Amino acid sequence: MAEPLLEIDSAERIFGGGRSLLGRKLPAVHAVQGVSLDVRKGETLGVVGESGCGKSTLARLIVGLDKPTAGTITFDGRDLVAEARRDPQRLARRVQYVFQDPVASLNPRKTIRAILEAPLRHLLALDKKARQARLKELMEAVNLAPEFLDRYPHEFSGGQAQRIGIARALAADPELIVLDEPVSALDVSVQAQVLNILDDLKQRFGLTYVFISHDLSVVESVSDRVAVMYFGRIAETGPAREIFAAPRHPYTHLLLKSAPVPGRRSLVPEDANTELPDPYDPPPGCAFHARCPRGTDRCLASHPPLEQAAGRPAHRTACYHPVEERGHA
Amino acid sequence: MSDTAAPAMRIGKARSAGRPSALRLLLNNTLATSGLVVLLLIVLLALAAPVLPLPDPDMTAPADRLLRPLAEGHLLGTDALGRDILSRLVWGARVSLAVGISATLIAAFFGSLIGLVAGYAGGRVDTILMRGIDMVMAFPYILLALAIVAALGPGLLNALYAIAVVNIPFFARNIRGITIGLSRREFVDAARLSGKSNMRILFGEVLPNVLPIIIITMSTTIGWMILETAGLSFLGLGAQPPQADLGSMLGDGRKILFTAPHVSIIPGLMIFALVMSINLFGDGVRDVLDPRLKSGALTRPVARTAVKRENVPEKPAHEDRLLDLVDLSTQFHVGGDVYRAVSGVDLYLKGGECLGIVGESGSGKSVTAMSLMGLVPTPPGSITGGAAWLNGEDLFAVSDERMRQLRGADVSHVFQDPLSTLHPLFTVGDQLAEAITAHRPMKRSQADGRAEDLLRLVRITNPRARLKAYPHELSGGMRQRVCIAMALANDARLIIADEPTTALDVTVQAQILSLMDALRREKDAAILFITHDFGVVSAVCDRVAVMYAGRIVETGRTQDVLSAPAHPYTGKLIDCVPVLGQPERRLASIEGRPPVVNKLPAGCAFADRCPRVEADCRTGDIPLSSFGEERAVRCLHPLTREAAHG
Repeated sequence: MAEPLLEIDSAERIFGGGRSLLGRKLPAVHAVQGVSLDVRKGETLGVVGESGCGKSTLARLIVGLDKPTAGTITFDGRDLVAEARRDPQRLARRVQYVFQDPVASLNPRKTIRAILEAPLRHLLALDKKARQARLKELMEAVNLAPEFLDRYPHEFSGGQAQRIGIARALAADPELIVLDEPVSALDVSVQAQVLNILDDLKQRFGLTYVFISHDLSVVESVSDRVAVMYFGRIAETGPAREIFAAPRHPYTHLLLKSAPVPGRRSLVPEDANTELPDPYDPPPGCAFHARCPRGTDRCLASHPPLEQAAGRPAHRTACYHPVEERGHA
Repeated sequence: MSDTAAPAMRIGKARSAGRPSALRLLLNNTLATSGLVVLLLIVLLALAAPVLPLPDPDMTAPADRLLRPLAEGHLLGTDALGRDILSRLVWGARVSLAVGISATLIAAFFGSLIGLVAGYAGGRVDTILMRGIDMVMAFPYILLALAIVAALGPGLLNALYAIAVVNIPFFARNIRGITIGLSRREFVDAARLSGKSNMRILFGEVLPNVLPIIIITMSTTIGWMILETAGLSFLGLGAQPPQADLGSMLGDGRKILFTAPHVSIIPGLMIFALVMSINLFGDGVRDVLDPRLKSGALTRPVARTAVKRENVPEKPAHEDRLLDLVDLSTQFHVGGDVYRAVSGVDLYLKGGECLGIVGESGSGKSVTAMSLMGLVPTPPGSITGGAAWLNGEDLFAVSDERMRQLRGADVSHVFQDPLSTLHPLFTVGDQLAEAITAHRPMKRSQADGRAEDLLRLVRITNPRARLKAYPHELSGGMRQRVCIAMALANDARLIIADEPTTALDVTVQAQILSLMDALRREKDAAILFITHDFGVVSAVCDRVAVMYAGRIVETGRTQDVLSAPAHPYTGKLIDCVPVLGQPERRLASIEGRPPVVNKLPAGCAFADRCPRVEADCRTGDIPLSSFGEERAVRCLHPLTREAAHG
């Protein structure tokens, strides 16, 4: 088994909080709490969850765009949080990011050349000739014609713009790329193009991906391992196959049951009680308790720790009453 | 993947490609052009002052004092000291323009710098800078300018500084607002990850996007600055004698306003002409550059799509159909281009049936649905052909009043984003009651009762309390339930649901789909369900129609189409989506892009991307040929043998 490239240990990110001038407590949102994960070299870790579960905050923590309020993040043996503060460029050479909205992540007033040259100039300090050569390589890698270099972002479709976003992330030749919903703003036919390109690039350059998405089928198709997040915490993590074939957390079950599958006319039973808890007023114990069919008083008392499944050491679930039978509906 | 935005987006793109240049746009605006002409004249005159055959503006000639205009040698007469007014006017305009423009530049430079830094840095820096700006703004501006001039001493240069300082807050506040929005954008994060320093990001990434706003602000402030300079000079604090300046000329003439009115009226008219022309021109510049105005906020579409039908189909004889849409064509006319968003779409719905329209963005699925009730914005859109029979009534031919009665009653809409569909300032109860009383006048208490029933119908717990909730107090799923309740308020026969679950989380989506499916059975309402997701279609739709480039390429029962797609596009569209439980499947991507609907190829629009394309695909119109039960495909070389033999 390969060495972990990225290790996240009980990371926490709280927004707001503190006290006002008069000493009153200000509201705080725990976007990410007690998240521990590791990503091994060369694998794709899928992070699934619904909106507001903290997956994008986690992504920003990994690339150093945001700092955790507690916990540590280690990249290749070095403290990532300290590095992001001390030498962000050094970190950016090794860890890169692909944004969700391809068009918003490109400056409308810059040509593609200027956008792609920025990392080459500022991160790698390449001279003009080397930059030219690298630009050509990059455009080829994401399957775009070199003529596109002198155009502006608004001239591109969503899929092309996302490929430019990927080229920019690749430019500095990083080891880890965090992909934050890279295909959810794209049309389905284009989504497949982008997913295939990502797969090719990973093989060619030996990349490691953290792939964040709300779309279970996309995550299943790209991931080696999966982490399911709910309300800022990890509900379940393990090898993708095991999670999708035999989910143990009731929330993972619910997600799998809810995802629409072509050719499946199955509607989940109606239940209006499907809302997330109020982030300003989190419930005690397990956040999923209110929606959970298996919940007991024990779930309200304390938050269940992430524990290994019997006989499956890599598969860990934060649930007191996990589902044990194999196969999902 | 909002399809509603797609036509607008396409139009936006087309505009930027074939859009007339900014100058052309400006010249189209008569007021702005006349402002520009007057301004240019004045500027040229002022610039040419040293070479024009004008007498020395400061040369006094007591013998010739207060000559009327048109006097010999003095076209505009002379002032109280016998100085030539025309000469002083031209030199004065020169001074006023120079001061106005320099003051604007100084204010714009410092104001924008403060605004940029405050907006980008945020936090404490922002607080300190902006509180400083607030302090400047707390003084009445003329008082502040007076105080500055009093401190520095009278003089044109000091007046210039005073006016510049007084106007810094105006720029700072404007630019800060824009910068705050920009510096939270993703491209700033992207630049940071590209290794750019804060300084580089601020001036290399943010500034170019702020620049148009700075120019707009400048163009609208120059006139104001000239007025202020004139004001200070009028009070004797600006230009000092004998120097001519429009304001001081006005001040000089004030004492003899009744004996020699021309001495003050002429500079007054000059100030008026100068400021007016700059303001007209500035407004024109703003209209051309301001993206908000450019995006069409000034064009107000009419309440119902224009119908300019070239062909009106015969009324079909299908008694069992609730809706029968025949040969619908909807076009957008932008500039010289015609966008055939929908061309020749036929579809029908029986009572209580759910038909899914599937397609990618820009395929025309939303425009089809919006055309039904005349919701396509005119201009630029219009219905150019076809008929929509709802219970035997042609929706494109009914009166506006009848259309108003039908909207929200017999036919209602559920849109993608419930947050923008609901009015943020009214409670859910208010909005539901309004939807009810718009069609059935009743007492408010009665309407409230009915609204409560509706919320209960869409399975909202504690409906009475929820009536008093504002949309922002509800979650996304709850809001969409409220929208569905509103659509059901008047027992709609047909609900048009335009990507109603696309903005929702999967678990919530599943709930909403279940709800809609159950409600259509309870209420026997037909649903026209627009989506891009075959999974969603499978869950709720009886039949499905696949759209590509404004036409239906395949239609049939959901199960049939999904298990044996006949059109290559349908097949590809199904294959390119990852399916849960089949992670090993390599996704088949569709190479290329859909055609632009203002340049549709002859023959099949999918031909360029199709693996089965043959020569005959590119010639002539390809008909939608029926086969099997309720199935049809628009393809000469379909994937299934059954379809090929029709």
